[in-house]
Amino acid sequence: MEKVLMKGNEALAEAAIRAGCKCFFGYPITPQTELSEYLAKQMPKRGGVFLQAESEVAAINMVLGAAGTGTRVMTSSSSPGISLKSEGISYIAGSDVPCLIVNVERGGPGLGSIQPSQQDYWQATKGLGHGDFHLIILAPNSVQEVVNLVTKAFDLGEKYRMPVMLLSDGLLGQMMEPVEFPEITPSQADNSAWAACGTKMEREHHIVNSLYIEALDLEEQVKRRYERYAKIEETEAMAETYLCEDADIIVTAFGATSRVAKSAVNKARAEGIKAGLFRPITLWPFPKAELNAACKNAKAVLSVEMNMGQMIDDVKLALDCRLPVSFFGRTGGVVPSPKEVLEELRKLNGGAQ
Amino acid sequence: MAKMNVIFDRCKGCELCTTACPKQIVAIQHEKRNKEGVFTAYCTDDDACIGCAMCAMMCPDCAIIIEN
Amino acid sequence: MAVKFQRPHSLCDVRLHYCAGCTHGIIHRLVAEVIDEMGIEGTTVGVCPVGCSVFAYNYFNCDMIEAPHGRAPAVATGVKRARPDLNVFTYQGDGDLAAIGTAETVHAATRGENIVVIFVNNGTYGMTGGQMAPTTLPGQVTTTSPYGRDPKTAGYPVRVCEMLSTLSGTALAVRTAVDSVPHIRETKKMIRKAFENQQRGNGFSIVEVLSTCPSNWGLTPKESIKRLQEECIPYYPLGVYKDVEIAEANADLLAMGGAAK
Repeated sequence: MEKVLMKGNEALAEAAIRAGCKCFFGYPITPQTELSEYLAKQMPKRGGVFLQAESEVAAINMVLGAAGTGTRVMTSSSSPGISLKSEGISYIAGSDVPCLIVNVERGGPGLGSIQPSQQDYWQATKGLGHGDFHLIILAPNSVQEVVNLVTKAFDLGEKYRMPVMLLSDGLLGQMMEPVEFPEITPSQADNSAWAACGTKMEREHHIVNSLYIEALDLEEQVKRRYERYAKIEETEAMAETYLCEDADIIVTAFGATSRVAKSAVNKARAEGIKAGLFRPITLWPFPKAELNAACKNAKAVLSVEMNMGQMIDDVKLALDCRLPVSFFGRTGGVVPSPKEVLEELRKLNGGAQ
Repeated sequence: MAKMNVIFDRCKGCELCTTACPKQIVAIQHEKRNKEGVFTAYCTDDDACIGCAMCAMMCPDCAIIIEN
Repeated sequence: MAVKFQRPHSLCDVRLHYCAGCTHGIIHRLVAEVIDEMGIEGTTVGVCPVGCSVFAYNYFNCDMIEAPHGRAPAVATGVKRARPDLNVFTYQGDGDLAAIGTAETVHAATRGENIVVIFVNNGTYGMTGGQMAPTTLPGQVTTTSPYGRDPKTAGYPVRVCEMLSTLSGTALAVRTAVDSVPHIRETKKMIRKAFENQQRGNGFSIVEVLSTCPSNWGLTPKESIKRLQEECIPYYPLGVYKDVEIAEANADLLAMGGAAK
């Protein structure tokens, strides 16, 4: 397989086409720009649809329409745009239709900055819109993993009939890395039981809908969705562990930040500090069992994030507060350095001894 | 001869059909309420009905079937 | 005796939830009659709005998608772009189409999105209990314009067909009413033309239908029809605001030295 040098955003777009994505609807925003520009060039040549909508709000509703017909469809945006899309995301979740939503995160709140950030962890895992629902949230940490997870995202969405978010950031989106595209034959789950694509006068009409006017009906519908969520939590959580086996201190970090954390862990090991790295790949479902296993010999945990401390909540919940969990992060578009993280590890190591 | 059949329980008694009849032979009866509790439309003179279906076209509830 | 007139097949055989005398039911039936007559029930997907016609997905026998408030043209765009072989229509009220969904409406039109939009204009938010709509007439009393709509503070009603007829992507912009049998027949003709436009790939077709809301107007169904005729139609003149096929035919006639229709 040939390796090519590509930007994260472009690699993601290419992977989506190879995964059988037929439609893209989006609205311009930095730093996801290269993703939509790549698809604008490629989709018409490769039998797909690229459409620039009048707003993020319209784009996500176009996704709802295309997804409602059972077509593989995606959209991409960056933080403020995802806020606008949250209305449609809630409807898509409530209508049980699959799609891929990409968030190439930038700084917030408000217009914030266009630099990389992980400030949308809470939004992605807990607050993508009104109502009781989840999205599967995938957080790659390299351009190669971006590519690998795109196909997985479409497959998971169709398997569980739900939207999936790929949480990238300005760093992963903009940086170039060698990447290879595995040979895949796009497969699409059978959607004949629900898709609104014409009855052909052969069946009852299908209704793609999130409205249940009777409270008990809605409760029943939400509970059924939560049974699916429970199965996802049991079977789909993914994480990477690095030098955790004998570690006194476990660093938790996701996405691009995990690479900074890994450098810090290596530097710490060179100094004799027994540090390890735990990296959730799925942010929802959060890999709770995997984290507990990784922390079995640990005395302390350090959550490193590009925000003011968001994933740390899930780390504490997963550990049931049985270990002290501290935090280090930079925010507003500032990327933490390995040196800064190492400094935190030294402090913790001193404290631990 | 044509016949205007009102689906008794679908009629909401809105009277729009009565405005549409060119023969002015559609009215609301005041003897029996349907399950919605409303008095329903009926044809006052079956022999005079020409089956033009204008009452049915005006009906918002597809409560009128025309035969001829 | 043979049945001459009955419920069209593509309208489900269920009781509509609309209030007595609400003309939504007539418009539903006309859309269904056109779908039946064109034989396209099996290849049609409808998109319903938020508002009184939110339950339209229970009333049409074709496949249906429920859109968020105002977003039906965007949802329909997604359906049509993903599956150009399908016939796609939206069914929207005035609050949905001309207030919260203005951007989606205007941009679907200017893209020449090849869909049919059925726009039911009764000048009020019916489902939420009769608030002022973008199409509420000046002076009209609603629950949120209790002293009558004052254009000085609440602005003016939106004339949707006039506005959309200025856009190059609009193939058909027509305003009809369902106050009388002749107007109902005309409405059906225009809905059919809109669906035929879609099959010919002409682009965006909107049929605005002036409708009533007896409950929120505080009138009987018969009085509502009278108000529609005496107050609404004069403010919203009926007619064809844009028809790209007539425009093209006229251009051809003029090019050949003839007179325009």
